[in-house]
Parts: sequence; structure tokens; C-alpha cells
Amino acid sequence: MKAKTLFDKVWDAHVVEHVEGGPNILYIDKHLIHEVTSPQAFSGLNARGLKVFRPERTIATPDHNVPTVNQDLPIVDMESRTQVETLKANCEKNQIEMYGLNHPNNGIVHVVGPELGHTQPGMTLVCGDSHTSTHGAFGAVAFGIGTSEVEMVFATQCIMQSKPKKMRITIDGELAKGVSAKDLTLYVIAQLGTGGATGYFVEYAGSAVRSLSMEGRMTVCNMSIEMGARGGMIAPDETTFEYVKGRMHAPKGEAWEQALEKWKTLKTDEGAVFDKEYTFRAEDIEPMITYGTNPGMGMGITASVPALADIQASELPSFKKSLAYMDYEFGRKILGKKVDYVFIGSCTNGRIEDLRAFAALVKGRQKADSITAWIVPGSKKVEKQAIEEGLVEILEEAGFELRQPGCSACLAMNEDKVPAGKYCVSTSNRNFEGRQGPGSRTLLASPLTAAAAAITGVITDPREFL
Amino acid sequence: MSVDKFTYLESSCVPLPNENVDTDQIIPARFLKATSRDGFGENLFRDWRFDSSGDPIKDFVLNQPEYSGQVLVAGKNFGSGSSREHAAWAIADYGFKVVISSFFADIFRNNALNNGVLPIQVSAEFLEKLFEAIEKDHSQKLSIDLEKQELSYKDEVFQFEINPYKKTCLLNGFDDIDYLIDKKTKIHDFEESRLKV
Repeated sequence: MKAKTLFDKVWDAHVVEHVEGGPNILYIDKHLIHEVTSPQAFSGLNARGLKVFRPERTIATPDHNVPTVNQDLPIVDMESRTQVETLKANCEKNQIEMYGLNHPNNGIVHVVGPELGHTQPGMTLVCGDSHTSTHGAFGAVAFGIGTSEVEMVFATQCIMQSKPKKMRITIDGELAKGVSAKDLTLYVIAQLGTGGATGYFVEYAGSAVRSLSMEGRMTVCNMSIEMGARGGMIAPDETTFEYVKGRMHAPKGEAWEQALEKWKTLKTDEGAVFDKEYTFRAEDIEPMITYGTNPGMGMGITASVPALADIQASELPSFKKSLAYMDYEFGRKILGKKVDYVFIGSCTNGRIEDLRAFAALVKGRQKADSITAWIVPGSKKVEKQAIEEGLVEILEEAGFELRQPGCSACLAMNEDKVPAGKYCVSTSNRNFEGRQGPGSRTLLASPLTAAAAAITGVITDPREFL
Repeated sequence: MSVDKFTYLESSCVPLPNENVDTDQIIPARFLKATSRDGFGENLFRDWRFDSSGDPIKDFVLNQPEYSGQVLVAGKNFGSGSSREHAAWAIADYGFKVVISSFFADIFRNNALNNGVLPIQVSAEFLEKLFEAIEKDHSQKLSIDLEKQELSYKDEVFQFEINPYKKTCLLNGFDDIDYLIDKKTKIHDFEESRLKV
């Protein structure tokens, strides 16, 4: 038998038909939906006189466009309320399981899927959201799709999709103290650039990846799209099985044993060929921060913004525009520069380990007066756990408060908007112009780096506090 | 249901040489609250096109009357970031039928094709020359022949690639969903076969 990659194994097992001269018909095991990218797909389905073909394979949770305070009250913004109510009505009509606002399982779709055991190794999983790549952490083929494709999955549980090329990124070695999964992914993206993996599906390998927790692996796979990759995945191992076992929708009893046997075969065979390979060393990575307006514009927190002479001529206009937007200078450090806002949350870093890391650093210290901080748990379950573990008390003593779950200031569809010209150290995934509100300036970083900035009010190396 | 057919287009174009134009620039998240597909063109490139009081920003290309047409010519890595199909809807609703770039993000490319907007990937050299030509002659016309897979202006011709299946869909206005619905029996069989393993 020909040696296969992990990606080949999962993808090939889901091909219903190869269309001559075209894409594959790919069967989808799990479809996650939310309020923003689904309404037009439901309308399309209605117009065809169809209902959802396999509702039991679909779950829904409003997250993108919900307030992060007063969730027990009706949503004030009428357009947002309509969108959330439309999701509810569509789910009821089509018998889709939905975790509405205030439901104990509500939260960001990519936090909820794994924590409820919906996400499992070997699955195909899609969602109308580019950060669906998160679920690849379990050895699933998971990727974001557009609304027309959401409608395809509703109608047939399949989508038309060309098979991407394969890339392996190996990171060996040990991450230094104060360096987290977020730094690892920002480092890789800075090396490859924002379009460096476009057209590829990435497998992450190597000892530094293997030693990450599931939450860390989710952070890494989550950001795959930020270098253009269709998705990212990590072969399942004991860490994965341990995480999935016992979760609400995970297989139980004999079904668990059978699943486990199958999941253990999900790894790249010796000698399997990738279209592209990269290798990095964990020891080269320091806490990372972005200085520009795409996630590829990242550097070690103590480093300097590239000098004018180091930028290729073709990239110069975009680079200049980006630095002008950020009001940073070529060749200068940004360490010590002013920060106005800090955002902890999102499908990248809104899980319990992220809140623990943040709380551990701010414990016994005080929030800088000049900082506005939004700490937004990824889900109701994360919120509950943060309360139970006493993290909320630590945060409150340090001058912070925990908000309610949602995507929040990651994309600023709700009221959590950073004002024009203000700087936000954010644990989210995108630093595009205006991403966190018109004119906002985003600095992507890990929860530890965000915590350090929240204490000092300026860009700070978190290792000073460890 | 069907998408608009695309066969041949001759049009002047709108140049946007910026690289890495992400979908948050094409349509910012705060305009994604609608539950229908209509009207997104109004907010296409909103924050580059209008200032915070809603007045047009004069030096942005969509506000320059000398540039018009159904073809958007954009810098490298167009459409990166979010999977929001609203970006493709905004481009189509504004009146663009074709986007030309030297590199497209994957999800945007699919979304465009699913809405009858043809993404044409050209070489970096061709793109550079095209920008120069448009700068010289703001009303420079381009011809796009999908059947022949040809993009041309003056004496310049570029043979572009497109997946044969997607080409057939665009030429005939076919829709992936109709195609998939016709395959329901096969999908049923696939589900059955998996249960047996």
C-alpha cells in the first residue's frame, strides 16, 4: 500500500465521488452553524423547497453577534436580535440542536464543538467560519466555508471541494518558559507570511507540537488560516484521547473501544510525501507580538520592526500603509509603547488554560489605570469553570472582570469595539485594519503577553513577571 | 436556482494595487448583520471608501470617476481572512463580474465562483503591466473570454486557468447545489457503505 499522510487518510475516506475535471464530492460528518453565515443558506434551502438533509449532524450556537453583558435580557441591537432569533427559528424548523444564549452549552462555535465531544478524530467538519481549522487539533479535516457551501451541506451533507496540496510543518524542541502555543503559531505565520500556505492543508508535527495540550493544539490549528492554509491538523494521540473521553457526545463503552482502535491508525505513514515541508526549532521562539495589519507581520517582542532596507520593493507600498496605520516606525522596537485596551478571548485563546495563564500573571498585581480590559470566556462552560476554580476572584482582586461568552472584540460585530486610533493587545487571531472597530489598532499576542500589558499599560515582555 | 451565466465580457476596469486585501476591508464585520444577500455593495470597501462621518474619501479608487467598469484589478493575495461570503456578495452587488489578481485566498475564490464572479489569477508580471496600462489609460478596456480562457487588452493576451467543472457551471449558469441534489442516491449509498465498515 502506498504511504499516506494523515490528511489523505481522512479526506479519502470521505470522498463520495470524484467529479471528472472537477472537485470531489466530500461527505461532511459534522456541520457547525452560527447566526451570521447561516440565514442566507436557510433562505436558499427554503426557496428550493428543501429541509436540512441530516439535521442530526448539525449543531448551532449564536456567538459572533451577541452582547457579552446582560445576556439574560433581550438583545438591544435590533439587527443583532433578529439575526439570533432567525437562527433559532431556522433550527426549530429543521430540528437542529441549538445552544442559545444562556444555555449552559452556549459559546463560541469552535470552543463548544470540542468541549462537548462533537469534534472527534478522523471526522470531516465544516462551518461558515474560517477558524473552523481549530478542530484539526483532533486529527479531523476541518475547514471554513462560505454560505453557498453551508447551503450545500444543509441540502446534501456534502460539499464540492478540490483536494488541497499537503504541507508539513515540524517544530522540534522545547518551548521556553513564557512561550506558549500562541507564540509558536505567530512565529510560524511570521516565517511563512500571510499567504504562505494558501492552497495547502497543513499537518503540524514534531516534539514541540506533541507536547502541547489539546487547548494549545487548538490555538495552533486555529491560526492556520492566517497563513492562508485551508486547514491545519495534528495526529491524534493519548493527549487527544484523554481529552475526548467521557465528553457528552464522545462514543461510550464498546463504541469507544472501536473508535479508539480506528483513531490510533490516524497518523502519517513512514515515507508519505508532502508537497512542501518546513522545519523550525522551538528554542528559536520568544514571546511574539504583531506590529502590522496582517498576522504575518509578527516578531519576537524584544525585536525591532523590519528596517526599510529589508522590505522587498514589491511589498513596500503595503508595508508602508500598514505601519502608517499603526503609527509605528521602520527599524524601531515597539516594546514600551502605549497600550489602551487588552482583549482576552476568541476561538484562538478563550479557553480555560488561557484564562488560567492570564490570571496567574495578574495575581497579586493591579490592572494599569489607563487600560480597558475585556476578558471574555469562550463558552458558558469556560465561564463556569473559571468561577469554580476561583479565577474570577483573582481577576477581580486585580481590577478585572469576566464578561459573558461570545466572539466579542475579535471581530467587533457587537458593542465591544476598540475606538479609532487606540491600541489593543489582543489574544485573537486577526490584526487587520479596523478588525476590532473602525480605526482600531490590534497587536496580536498570547494571554501572558496580554496580561503583562494589562498590568503595565505598555507593551511588555511577559518573562519579566515569571 | 442558478447563478448568472458568464461567457464573454468587455469592460474598463478599476485598479486596486494594494496587496493582502482581506475580507474585513472588502466588507467590515459590522455590516454582516443582515439576513438576506442583498445590498452589500453599498458598504463594499466601506472604511477605505468613506470617512467616519460617511463622506467619500476622494483618493480611494471607487470614488474616482475616471475609473469604472465591471472588472476589479487587485494586488497579490486578494480576499484573505474571514470566510464571509458577504465579501463576494458585496463585490457582485457593486457590479463587478471579474476580479483579477496574481493570487487569491482559497475560500474567497470558491465564494466568488459560487456567485457568478470570475476570479482570474494572472502572473505577477502580467498584473504589473496591466496596472501600468490602466495608469496610462484610465479607460483601458479588457476582454475576457471564458470559453477560450483568455484575458486580453491591446496586444497582450493571458491564458488563465479554471477548473473545467467550474467553467462549465459558469458558462451555463449551473449551481453546485443542483448538481449535488442530483447525486442524492449516491450520497445515500455512501452513508450505507460506511455503516457496514
